[in-house]
Amino acid sequence: MSAQSADETIALTLPPLIQARPAQAPRAVSTTLPNGLDTVVVRRPTVPMVEVRLRIPLPAANSRSAAATTARGSLMSSSMLFGTAARSQQELANDLAAIGADLSVSVDADRILFSTAVLRTGLAALLDLLADVVTSACYPSAEVAAERDRLGQRIAMALTQPGVVARMARARRLFGDHPYAQTLPDPAVVAGLDASILRRTHRDRVRPSGATLVVVGDVQPATVGRQATAAFADWVGPSRRSRVLALPDFDPMGITLVDRPGAVQSNLRLGGAAVGRSHPDYAALQLANLVFGGYFSSRLTENLRERNGFTYSPNSGIDNAIAGSTFLINADVASEVTARAVHETWYELGRMALYPVTEDELDSARRYSLGTLALSTATQAGLASTLSGLAGQGLTASWLTDFQKAVAGVTVADVQQASRRYLSVSALATVIVGDATVVKESLASLGPILAPVRNET
Amino acid sequence: MPVRVPTLPVPALHRLTLGNGLRVVLAPDSTAPVVAVAVYYDVGMRSEPQGRTGFAHLFEHVMFQGSAHLPKLEHARQVQGSGGVFNGSTHLDYTNYFEVLPAGALERALFCEADRMAAPLLTQETIDNQIDVVKEEIRVNVLNRPYGAFPWLQLPEVLFDTFANTHNGYGDFVDLESATAQDAASFFDSYYAPGNAVLAVGGDFDVGQATTWVQRYFGQVPARDTPTRPAFGEPALTQDRRADVVDPLATTPALAIGWRVPDPVDDLAAFLPYVVLSELMSDGDASRLEQRLIHRDQLAIHQSMYLGLFGDPFDARDATAMIFQAHHGSQVNAEQLLGAIDQELQALATDGVTEQELGRVRARIAAQLLRHADPVLGRTQSFAAGELIHGRAEFATELPGRLAEVDAGSVAMAAADLAAAHRAVLELKPGAAA
Repeated sequence: MSAQSADETIALTLPPLIQARPAQAPRAVSTTLPNGLDTVVVRRPTVPMVEVRLRIPLPAANSRSAAATTARGSLMSSSMLFGTAARSQQELANDLAAIGADLSVSVDADRILFSTAVLRTGLAALLDLLADVVTSACYPSAEVAAERDRLGQRIAMALTQPGVVARMARARRLFGDHPYAQTLPDPAVVAGLDASILRRTHRDRVRPSGATLVVVGDVQPATVGRQATAAFADWVGPSRRSRVLALPDFDPMGITLVDRPGAVQSNLRLGGAAVGRSHPDYAALQLANLVFGGYFSSRLTENLRERNGFTYSPNSGIDNAIAGSTFLINADVASEVTARAVHETWYELGRMALYPVTEDELDSARRYSLGTLALSTATQAGLASTLSGLAGQGLTASWLTDFQKAVAGVTVADVQQASRRYLSVSALATVIVGDATVVKESLASLGPILAPVRNET
Repeated sequence: MPVRVPTLPVPALHRLTLGNGLRVVLAPDSTAPVVAVAVYYDVGMRSEPQGRTGFAHLFEHVMFQGSAHLPKLEHARQVQGSGGVFNGSTHLDYTNYFEVLPAGALERALFCEADRMAAPLLTQETIDNQIDVVKEEIRVNVLNRPYGAFPWLQLPEVLFDTFANTHNGYGDFVDLESATAQDAASFFDSYYAPGNAVLAVGGDFDVGQATTWVQRYFGQVPARDTPTRPAFGEPALTQDRRADVVDPLATTPALAIGWRVPDPVDDLAAFLPYVVLSELMSDGDASRLEQRLIHRDQLAIHQSMYLGLFGDPFDARDATAMIFQAHHGSQVNAEQLLGAIDQELQALATDGVTEQELGRVRARIAAQLLRHADPVLGRTQSFAAGELIHGRAEFATELPGRLAEVDAGSVAMAAADLAAAHRAVLELKPGAAA
């Protein structure tokens, strides 16, 4: 505390925290429809809206098919709303707009995700439209060909973004030939696609069994159950075993340097294996991540940003994908301090593994973890996305309560053990995208630079 | 047919003005045990003096560098260590600071915001540190990537004339590097007076208790003179304007168009049809430009048309703009896009819009406003911005009704005005090999 000025009438000291009433755990009503579609419905009438997520598994069957699956999934997701047996593209778009909906279809290495919000009064219509799309999307040939060309241009544009290049380089380093290395579709594979391939892929992969529909908002769960059963009655298809390939081992030794001549910044990316939401170490790992770099009040931010001014927004986090979880560190730093930033990051990792965190650091991380979980599930959109993500990993809303209990019980020793296991310098690969002529020599003083890779753009 | 649009019950707003001039809006709401605190200062990029470009944003960073009772980093630690999140942002006409926290941390959040309103720590050491941080922010968002800050940094130079409206609000490095603690002290003194700010609190709290805390912590901030805000409006363009910019990192071209629009505060009735127009033209798959430029003519990879440089029609005063931007392939030239947009505006001006189409646009607007109002932070920020920009926090709750009243004739008229108006066109030329 600094000295108080004389004219203050009340001594200003930091007010205490009051225990707030606990957030209500969401009451999720789960059912499986006759066609195999799982549904999760939560009544949350904060605004007269409804959030809807429909998640359909789309893992690649094996490494050989990974590039094809990524390209097809990407073009399929951006072409899926080009019309159905009953509606043209314009009619479908108009019908969605009429209920206030903006339906987005996104894809990653695990799934296709339909995501939208709709006026309360339009939910039944939305479910009918969704059912129309999954059962009869028609992929008109000319429109698909035009979209294929646009997708090619979007990929080319993405490859000029240093953040995209860095993400690709790290994924290649961590995942080798596993489908997770495919962070962007290969333009050459995209160029070979056509509407008939998409129609076949849709028929094979867009099936109710294994899919999950999440509905959160101003609804009555029983009504939604009836509406969904009626809407999706014609969506059928034999269940498909979607086997998920295990993540490969990788060699964390050495620094990958992707040369980006003329870059005024370097993208520093680290990554390594972590554990997922069901693992007993998960809560301790989350708190270790927070103390290290997972929020603003972290050691990494204090060091790289607030002490050294190397970077704007350093961060770390845990990516939970179905085949496995990954611990990730990101910082975009001034070119001339690249090696120093790597050194400081490694130093902070070593400190996490070798010394206990303070009780204050642990308490702060614990309260942040619990508080932000409550904040993120306090909105219709946040809760819907959270429940959809959990469903993708075979988890339900009860995981939220279990996680809160686990976080409450984490000790300083638990954090140190988790740090040794998952935040260890020797377990993480380091990837740099930057101007090699500026950064290479100093980086080489920290460790071997792996065979130089040209920026593929 | 478009569905019946449900509305939100209008919340009870409580307001007070402290002796030092601070305007306070309290919006209690017990749907979740969380609270939001937002402090809006009536100063933004447009108020920066010549030679101090980027200073409003740099100063926003410095406001997180400690205050009388909270050393550097302590603000973040208090908010996050209470289970909350925080941020700040710099706009053309205001700078805001906000937190969302568990309800039991409200008093602490008010203490933290009041402490930096009273006495932020403005040392050369922390300013130098944040100059480095801001330079990295600019490198991430502008210099090290293609299309960085396009078109919000580049288009105003073509569309406007005064320093206030055209200068680089992120800041030239030369200006940033010469910023001193004395500059910060004088900027704080001029613009961060309590009478130049609005405090909004939303969420789960007792109004009487919150009032006591607001008076206890913010009431101690001494009153200071509030600055006279200059008018930043500019006369209409008298001719079309064109410019090119070469982006050394881009491999495909982009296009931006800017049009002047009515004063969003003093001429709100004339401004609102432009809000509906931008949605009708460009928002979502059903919109006219998405249909024309993407699906039918296949001229663009991506298109958007929006009001305000940052895409929020209601966060700026006069002068503001309608903006169109598109990324397009090298085989398409800017004239093709300009021609198609002119045709679409003309068609709307001549043929009007059916109630059916307008109903769809209204449903989309209503849904977006409701969705924005679900998080307590979204609601609270709307109240603060409404109070600061429009002088009425109720602006936020009245807006859905006002937009629903915009009729087909006034949308067609806005399209006709836009089609007839002079515009600023900026072409981004790729400077990198594909």
